[in-house]
Amino acid sequence: MKLTVPALSLNESFVRSTVAAFCVSSSPTLEEINDIKTAVSEAVTNSIVHAYGSEKGNIEIEAILLCDCVDIVIRDFGKGIANIDEAMQPFFTTRADDERSGMGFTVMQAFVDDVKVKSEVGVGTAVSLHKRFEEVKC
Amino acid sequence: MTVDYEQLGDVLYARLSGELDEHTASSVRASLDNLIEVKHFRCLVLDFKDVDFMDSTGVGMVLGRFKKLKKSGKSLLLKRPNSQVLKVFKSCGLLEILETEI
Repeated sequence: MKLTVPALSLNESFVRSTVAAFCVSSSPTLEEINDIKTAVSEAVTNSIVHAYGSEKGNIEIEAILLCDCVDIVIRDFGKGIANIDEAMQPFFTTRADDERSGMGFTVMQAFVDDVKVKSEVGVGTAVSLHKRFEEVKC
Repeated sequence: MTVDYEQLGDVLYARLSGELDEHTASSVRASLDNLIEVKHFRCLVLDFKDVDFMDSTGVGMVLGRFKKLKKSGKSLLLKRPNSQVLKVFKSCGLLEILETEI
């Protein structure tokens, strides 16, 4: 599936629910569905808050579903991340005054099996999430 | 997302309802800060029973209220988070800082 939405916070709920609904045909557990929703929500929040800030832009979400796993890519065309290793450190945030927890990537890593980030300053960021399903039902 | 409250003695109960994310966190923050400012209490109980979903934006909001309350000698208790919300708090290390009642 491929989905493109404006980078607005009101779209977060729609995106995570749509990705979760897309995964249902592989019969993931409720916990796995919630894990996917959580990780997607974190990546989309990063795009809205950090990549675009007050700028307008789009977020593209692509997902490929197999019977035992799902691969999801959340891509923005915002300002990019200069230092990915630093950005992925727990509690790292550029917006501490805004009560940001700095735990977005940490939560993604805790909720899915693999998180990969590709980014280029001034071009954008792509976050790839891989989630395996415990019980293969096909 | 809604915030309802009830005060019993010096305990203020705030019942959160809905999904707590980037879109809703600022209004919840404003509602709670208003309660914190106006009400006289010793402990704020955040009841998560009707919170269906939360991400780390919610963690930042809760942590912010915790710091605010701590400064004025008041306590915070998280109550009845569902398994998804609990897992987010846990992955952020908040269960080691905040008192939580399942």
